[in-house]
Amino acid sequence: MAGTALRRRLTWQVAKVSAVTVETASVRTLTLDVPDWPGHQAGQHLDIRLTAEDGYVAERSYSIASAPGEPVAITVERLDDGEVSPYLTDELRAGDDLELRGPIGGYFVWEPEDGGPLLLLAGGSGIVPLRSILRHRERTGSTVPVRLLYSSRTLDDVIYQAELDQPARGVEVIHTLTRQQPPGWAGYARRADAALLAEVAWPADAMPLAYACGPTSFVEAVSQALVQSGHPPERVKTERFGATGGT
Amino acid sequence: MDTVDGNAIGGLLQEVFGTEMTGAASVCGSCGAGRPVAELAVYQRAPGTVVRCRSCDSVLMVFVTIRGRTCVDLLGLASLG
Ligand SMILES: Cc1cc2nc3c(=O)[nH]c(=O)nc-3n(C[C@H](O)[C@H](O)[C@H](O)COP(=O)(O)OP(=O)(O)OC[C@H]3O[C@@H](n4cnc5c(N)ncnc54)[C@H](O)[C@@H]3O)c2cc1C
Repeated sequence: MAGTALRRRLTWQVAKVSAVTVETASVRTLTLDVPDWPGHQAGQHLDIRLTAEDGYVAERSYSIASAPGEPVAITVERLDDGEVSPYLTDELRAGDDLELRGPIGGYFVWEPEDGGPLLLLAGGSGIVPLRSILRHRERTGSTVPVRLLYSSRTLDDVIYQAELDQPARGVEVIHTLTRQQPPGWAGYARRADAALLAEVAWPADAMPLAYACGPTSFVEAVSQALVQSGHPPERVKTERFGATGGT
Repeated sequence: MDTVDGNAIGGLLQEVFGTEMTGAASVCGSCGAGRPVAELAVYQRAPGTVVRCRSCDSVLMVFVTIRGRTCVDLLGLASLG
């Protein structure tokens, strides 16, 4: 099945927004009704294309937030000065059309047979593909141990907070809040770096399979720290979102 | 704009090569470093996309899309796939 999906021609198609969910003040999840969807893998993304009346076209990538088998959804963080994200978070309503192509990618994906233990490292909206992986693990009955380190600016910026507060068995969620912490916050309050990873990540000899995702600066920092502490580069998969919001 | 990586051009590569390429192996023609396409450094500035080696910074691939047609230069690569 994966084989056919890979060889399938990637074409633009018009999907319909079926629901808009408020995740945080600046983040929305758009559930999409995609007429011709061949199914996706956890960790893949899709491309969105917006065309202005004068013909100007802007394309951006968004990770698929839902697990394989669930309706396609993306979760978008608004960058106030961005070209595309404010339209997706503020303008789109259920029933609106949205042009997209996908699913895309075959590297930053996880299947139960890839095993673990899984070390998931998310900065800001980098949680999106990792949430698909978490849901896929649960839906397939995988018992691979998971440790998720999730870096956000404040508690209010934590995406999927309710879901992450009730992790599946075998999943440990560790938050770090880099800008502001609520009173009595017992979690971490600093940037994800080598020192923090030394505390929360499995050591290299446990041979975890790591997935790091988020703003480029976050991904560079955590992936370099892992490799420098002895994790083999081929066990550290990365996906850089560019200059997205904060961690 | 910040650098991204080969994942960001998965759609473009699939359009150009007709198949999923982010997991494909690449070898730099300058320094010989090998890594999956997903782990290469990508600079997107319309209409062009420049892909560089993360070890020596050499240009490995250039894609330029004008009026729906994409021109591809892979001369910086020793091998792909
Ligand atoms: C594989 C992949 C998956 C992604 N998944 C998600 C996801 O699940 N959720 C999500 O929210 N985002 C995701 N992104 C990021 C997304 O594709 C967009 O980059 C993001 O939404 C910003 O787009 P924008 O058009 O709103 O901002 P843009 O207009 O592209 O601007 C982005 C930022 O860069 C700054 N900027 C723009 N141009 C310049 C310049 N020339 N010089 C300096 N700074 C500049 C802007 O001020 C802004 O802060 C993903 C990216 C990739 C590559």
